Amino acid sequence: MTFSISAPICARISARALLLPGLALAALLIAANPHPAAAQAASSSSQNQGASQSAAPTDPERPYIVKDGRVDFHTFNGYRRYGDNCLRCHGPDGAGSSYAPDLTDSLKHMTKEQFEETVINGRKNVTTATENVMPAFGTVPDVVENLDDIYAYLKARSDGVLGRGRPKRLDGED
Amino acid sequence: MTTKNRLFAWAVLAAGLSGAVGLRPAVANEELEKMSQDPKQWVMPAGNYANWRFTELKQITPENAHRLHPVWTFSTGVLRGHEGGPLVVGDMMYVHTPFPNKVFALDLNHDGRIVWAYEPKQDPNVIPVMCCDTVNRGVAYGDGKIFLHQADTTLVALDAKTGKVIWSVKDDDPAKGATGTSAPLVVKDKVLVGVSGGEFGVQGHVTAYNIKDGSMAWRAYSEGPDDQLLFDPEKTTVMGKPVGKDSSLKTWEGDQWKIGGGTTWGWISYDPKLNLVYYGSGNPSTWNPTQRPGDNKWSMTVFARDPDTGVAKWVYQMTPHDEWDYDGINEMILADVKVHGQQRHALVHFDRNGFAYVLDRATGELLEANKFDPAVNWATKVDLTTGRPEVVPQYSTDHNGADHNTKGICPAALGSKDEQPAAFSPVTGLFYVPTNHVCMDYEPYKVTYTAGQPYVGATLSMYPPPGENNLGNFIAYDVNEGKIVWSDPEPFSVWSGALVTATGVAFYGTLDGYLKAVDVKNGKLLYKFKTPSGIIGNVNAYEHNGKEYIAVLSGVGGWAGIGMAAGLTNDTDGLGAVGAYKSLSNYTQLGGVLTVFSVE
Repeated sequence: MTFSISAPICARISARALLLPGLALAALLIAANPHPAAAQAASSSSQNQGASQSAAPTDPERPYIVKDGRVDFHTFNGYRRYGDNCLRCHGPDGAGSSYAPDLTDSLKHMTKEQFEETVINGRKNVTTATENVMPAFGTVPDVVENLDDIYAYLKARSDGVLGRGRPKRLDGED
Repeated sequence: MTTKNRLFAWAVLAAGLSGAVGLRPAVANEELEKMSQDPKQWVMPAGNYANWRFTELKQITPENAHRLHPVWTFSTGVLRGHEGGPLVVGDMMYVHTPFPNKVFALDLNHDGRIVWAYEPKQDPNVIPVMCCDTVNRGVAYGDGKIFLHQADTTLVALDAKTGKVIWSVKDDDPAKGATGTSAPLVVKDKVLVGVSGGEFGVQGHVTAYNIKDGSMAWRAYSEGPDDQLLFDPEKTTVMGKPVGKDSSLKTWEGDQWKIGGGTTWGWISYDPKLNLVYYGSGNPSTWNPTQRPGDNKWSMTVFARDPDTGVAKWVYQMTPHDEWDYDGINEMILADVKVHGQQRHALVHFDRNGFAYVLDRATGELLEANKFDPAVNWATKVDLTTGRPEVVPQYSTDHNGADHNTKGICPAALGSKDEQPAAFSPVTGLFYVPTNHVCMDYEPYKVTYTAGQPYVGATLSMYPPPGENNLGNFIAYDVNEGKIVWSDPEPFSVWSGALVTATGVAFYGTLDGYLKAVDVKNGKLLYKFKTPSGIIGNVNAYEHNGKEYIAVLSGVGGWAGIGMAAGLTNDTDGLGAVGAYKSLSNYTQLGGVLTVFSVE
């Protein structure tokens, strides 16, 4: 492991703060943002700001809104960003591949802090029988900026409240 | 007649060669060309320079194929997707593996005893920059050397007898997302190698190294200024006309070509008479077409180049301004076949985009382009005068725009066929093609380029064509008529390279792990055996001590392992039957085993 950020501290680093240009990851330890919810709202994509803020979930244990199979914008955005950066290893819908774990199962055993720590710093599991390496995404804007959204999507999948495939949106913009 | 004459010539050559292995003619090309005509050996990835995947060996026939059985196996000790297949040079078999890219030299005279093993030291950080598993499509032989293209893009020349490193050269930089997965090809005194990384914004290229010392002879990029393309604006042609100055630069916005993709991770073929090498380039980066206006030349392109200088003789872009990730890297099969009743020196290419292209391989003239899967819907046809596909607006992800989910596109990004090479039989004149039968929804969105990080910009859902439940077919295809002769449905995509014998047996592997032998006349199943894991490797043939053998690597993975391990998304109508077989993981697990078959 290259970095040794402890999980609790890591959790308090807002997605936004990690994006500050030119900062080494270690330096970000002092840039922790105590208001992750505010950061989450600020980090959403330029599209549909109004809709996403009005539908923002508040329960940290359930960081998503799913109603009749439709999801809030954050969760939908998480689905798309998952597709961009995670799918090619973890498979469609977080369901795993021949060499990367099923994340709908992983998130049953992982805290959000552990999830963030793994995404930001990466993970290596290289033995004689396996060569599994997850890259560190800590400096990738498309991941860091959308980390809360990706988590929300995967948590909804893991909690069994969201099925496979492209989720429909609560704001009706399908 | 032509076919018979050629077969006769082969037989003569084969007879003359027995015992000559080990001698080294002055020019590696002559040695290798002759060896490739000896059916007892399998000295290059596709068996011969024309990429036929055909064997002259006659012991295995449609009549006795039911008596095939596994005679020996070899575990590679690696558990990731095993693409490509073994080479057989003289009495030695060379087996490669996915990362960490081991190579084993097995002595066929001593039950496959390991004569030498080579394992490069590579930084495991290359693993996550490999799109779609850590596959490797095999080694090449030439001039007494085995050439290995490592994941970290190192090309290493090993002494074929001892495994000692003779030279080693770094082709590109994994820190930028460039990786090595393709098999090299030895042509004359050079070894040619492509690069992977189309999902990381790599500027694709093919590079020729001198086999003596590993010095670079030439490098030809897929996009950029003419001097990087190795284009002569007056002499390099497209659709019979000179390409003109800055043919690539004009089709990109600003400097986007520098991260333009067009990687070259497929197969290379060679016509010694015309002195031309052929290969295809992959998708333009990113997958979001709205972010890169223009035709994005020369991504998605068939290249014909002079192997001595690298200069392009002709090019043809199949999918201008790709909107679906239909990489053009599939093998170029060089076959003299009838097209519309007229005998042609053709190049036949079954593209990811679902069209079977037939070109005159000397001039690049487009002779024919027909769908080889009836499900293909993104374009109605290819205009043979302009060479452009007639794109259906409903399925155009660019037309529908970013942040819009375009539904029901066939084929999926996996293509109607991916890298798994087809086989050609000069006896029947038909092509035997492993195919995918998968459709998709595709939603592009804006992405930021970060060197060495994924540069994808689209999310996809994949599923079988509406109302169907098979994700693959193994087909026989006739380019003269432009039609499918027969089609064997498979529950999963057929992701293994095919083999066809002169006697009329076609072989392929399945994702659920079967090696299958079928009758070329009608596709009837003659034999099947369930290997330890799903097959994404290519089936090869050789003879040893008077006996014909069929060899294939099993070990599920690759893109197939990502898309299907957990089953495809079941979110469209008419998919009731899909639930019947659920996910691939219910059928097979990871593996890495070579299985060798014969008829007793």
